[in-house]
Amino acid sequence: MNIEAHHTDGLEACVVECWSCKGPASPRALFCSVCGAVQPPRPMDHFQRLGLMPGFDVDQGELERHYFGFQRRLHPDRFAARSAKEKLMSQQQAMALNEAYETLKEPLKRAAYLLKLKGRKADAEDSAKPADPALLMEQMEAREALMEADSAEQVQAILARTESDIAFAVDDLSQAFAAECLEGAAKLVMRLKYLMRLSDEARGRKSRMTRGTL
Amino acid sequence: MSDMLFDIFEPGETPLPHAGDEVAVGIDLGTTNSVVAISRQGKPEVLRDDKGRAIIPSVVAYGRDDEVVVGHEARNLILDRPQDVVSSIKRLMGRGIEDIKAVAGQLPFEVDGDATGMVRLKVAGRTLSPVEISADILKAVRAQAEAALGKKVPKAVITVPAYFDDAARTATKDAARLAGIEVLRLVNEPTAAALAYGLDQGAEGLYAVYDLGGGTFDVSLLRMEKGVFQVKATGGDAALGGDDIDHMIAELFLAERGVTSLDAGRVKQALMTARVAKECLTSRSEGEWMLEFDGKVSKHALSRQTLEAMISPLIERTITICRQVLEDAAALPEDVKGVVLVGGSTRVPLVRKRVADLFGTQPLANINPDEVVAVGAAQQAEALTHGSDTLLLDVTPLSLGLETMGGIVEKVILRNTPIPAALAQEFTTYQDGQASMMIHVVQGERELVAQNRSLARFTLSGIPPMAAGAARIRVTFTVDADGLLTVSACETTTGVESQVQVKPSYGISEEEMAEMLKDSLEHAKDDMAARLLAEAKVDARRNLLAVRAALSHDSDLLSPSEREGIDRAIATVETACEASDREAILASAEALETATKPFAEKRMDRGIRKALAGVSMDSLEKRVGE
Ligand SMILES: Nc1ncnc2c1ncn2[C@@H]1O[C@H](COP(=O)(O)OP(=O)(O)O)[C@@H](O)[C@H]1O
Ligand SMILES: [Mg+2]
Ligand SMILES: [Zn+2]
Repeated sequence: MNIEAHHTDGLEACVVECWSCKGPASPRALFCSVCGAVQPPRPMDHFQRLGLMPGFDVDQGELERHYFGFQRRLHPDRFAARSAKEKLMSQQQAMALNEAYETLKEPLKRAAYLLKLKGRKADAEDSAKPADPALLMEQMEAREALMEADSAEQVQAILARTESDIAFAVDDLSQAFAAECLEGAAKLVMRLKYLMRLSDEARGRKSRMTRGTL
Repeated sequence: MSDMLFDIFEPGETPLPHAGDEVAVGIDLGTTNSVVAISRQGKPEVLRDDKGRAIIPSVVAYGRDDEVVVGHEARNLILDRPQDVVSSIKRLMGRGIEDIKAVAGQLPFEVDGDATGMVRLKVAGRTLSPVEISADILKAVRAQAEAALGKKVPKAVITVPAYFDDAARTATKDAARLAGIEVLRLVNEPTAAALAYGLDQGAEGLYAVYDLGGGTFDVSLLRMEKGVFQVKATGGDAALGGDDIDHMIAELFLAERGVTSLDAGRVKQALMTARVAKECLTSRSEGEWMLEFDGKVSKHALSRQTLEAMISPLIERTITICRQVLEDAAALPEDVKGVVLVGGSTRVPLVRKRVADLFGTQPLANINPDEVVAVGAAQQAEALTHGSDTLLLDVTPLSLGLETMGGIVEKVILRNTPIPAALAQEFTTYQDGQASMMIHVVQGERELVAQNRSLARFTLSGIPPMAAGAARIRVTFTVDADGLLTVSACETTTGVESQVQVKPSYGISEEEMAEMLKDSLEHAKDDMAARLLAEAKVDARRNLLAVRAALSHDSDLLSPSEREGIDRAIATVETACEASDREAILASAEALETATKPFAEKRMDRGIRKALAGVSMDSLEKRVGE
């Protein structure tokens, strides 16, 4: 609820003018309740945009249902026969929905975004903060192991371990957010970032190896 | 909650304007063949010529006078008047002369660049751009549709390869404009094919569409579910297709014949023979073909086995791209429920075999692979004009970025981002007092600017003097639902702004377009006027609807005389909309706006007062809740 609070501050935030009938409209309404015109996307966070409870645990099925549901009503394809202004509004709505969906779909982006919402940067963006030496060490060792792996099986083993580490990190993130431990969540975001990069590299290396072009 | 004050108003309660009489078709503007279809009440139908043929070869023959022949007849002229006939022009859409120098030796055209670096073809004594030649094909396609339907066809959905870059998409839209067609939407070919499959066969789950045509290769991975077609990833090669196989065979035959240098006409002849040989070897295991020119006949035997050995690397390239697309979508081949084959070159047995090997499933080809793209485009055209329950969610095929220091690309929108999309990136100046900044927009996946496609350059000027690194230059990339890019730049501490509709470096300028419209299409002016009039009517009707809705909601705010004034203004707009005077419509709409201004203010006042009451309730609740 605390995320919604700062949007209801002030009068402008409670009533906005409908661009079409020029009357009052709710800042949350997608369509004007009087004249039916599609409204531009109003400032709100990605969770609100997709009608989800803010939090790290997002059900993928629910996320998609909501995203598709909003796109069904707002996508420019629904407005192809309408006025230029309505087309523009729907394009902006669809863009905002896409951005929200892309951000909330992946655990890493979602966690970083949630930290930002809660007013805390991930450690990487906080240049005053020195990198965690233990994490640096782990990264270096993993990189080396990947470089030295010379069979597809070895790379596969690294990939499998990284993927399970990712799953654990996501679980830990969920717990950190549940406990409102932002310090811990910020550390985990850094860790997840590095693990994702490692798994990308491992996957790339594996497919090059199996294709025999290495 | 304050939003409880307002009911949610669903669209669709107001009917689409003019939904009934719009004719909109779907056009597959192919490298080799074009097809046009229409969908009415959900029933798609391919539009054929008077001989019952659906396919229009994308071939144009130019005569000495103003004669332009398109399609089957043009193709028949290749042997008689090779120098007057153009085929596979789609391969040059949006290309610059520099881009094609590498392949110019293989092209059966005489090409030339103009001052801007845009490709021009010398045909039958004329100098033509690929856009103009494509427009001639589109005019013929439009004529075939109009003949089949017995009415004018002003609007269309046109398909493009998913892997087409911004320049090629813009060129396609320009060609449609020259042909007098309003493009409702550019839709990616594999997406259109998936739509046709999904709607016809009720396919659900993760599907791959593998489209190998004459000049382009595309592969898209889509999730189809309950009327939503969501593209997960797409990839391809805008210069890979059956034409390349023809070139290989033609080179082999010419080498066997012992020819080294040839004119464009002979090359075309050899390519025709090569293509016949290739298509024969789809159903036969071997054969012999003849080349006859310069008074000499040569015989060339070819077996499917030899052909397969030759083309195998080409097919492997498509398989590698398929793997990349799977990886991009974080999917495994076994996750893919079915593979849809599109395009004439997917008839090649080795293609089918390799695709089946990769995905571990027998590919689907139960809708005619030549027609499926046009059918999907027609279905989308109907959806856009008459509404529909299905939804297409597509992605950008290629990353979009900016040149930064040292010729490195900074990506702003990554490939496979859902569109429409808007993303911004901040940059800063690197010199004290720097007053302007050059912005170079590029498209592609590589790290260095030089390895990617340059789309446009523009300059943000008027940056006030600041220390190096103090300015905040925000560059925003906007990709619309057609996949077309607009870039704007703004210095955020001062608000200095600059915006470009990215007109690709090798595109046609607005002035050139205006010239061409004047030259090539007598009715272009009328078409343009008709479109502006239609737009003015749509806008005016939107206004009428809004004012009427407001009146039925808040008429108690008006005195009888105020009400009378508004009613009069409404009647004027209504009358103007019945006639065809655009100026009168615009003037009446403006008068209506003026007449309703005090009314709108009163409505806002009341709305704010109501909301104020709502807010105090709200904040009270919050305090209680804490
Ligand atoms: N039976 C066949 N065997 C092999 N290739 C074929 C066959 N039929 C058509 N093709 C090839 O398919 C290509 C045209 O496919 P099409 O889908 O119509 O292309 P485009 O979409 O580029 O217009 C040509 O290269 C043609 O030679
Ligand atoms: Mg095609
Ligand atoms: Zn309204």
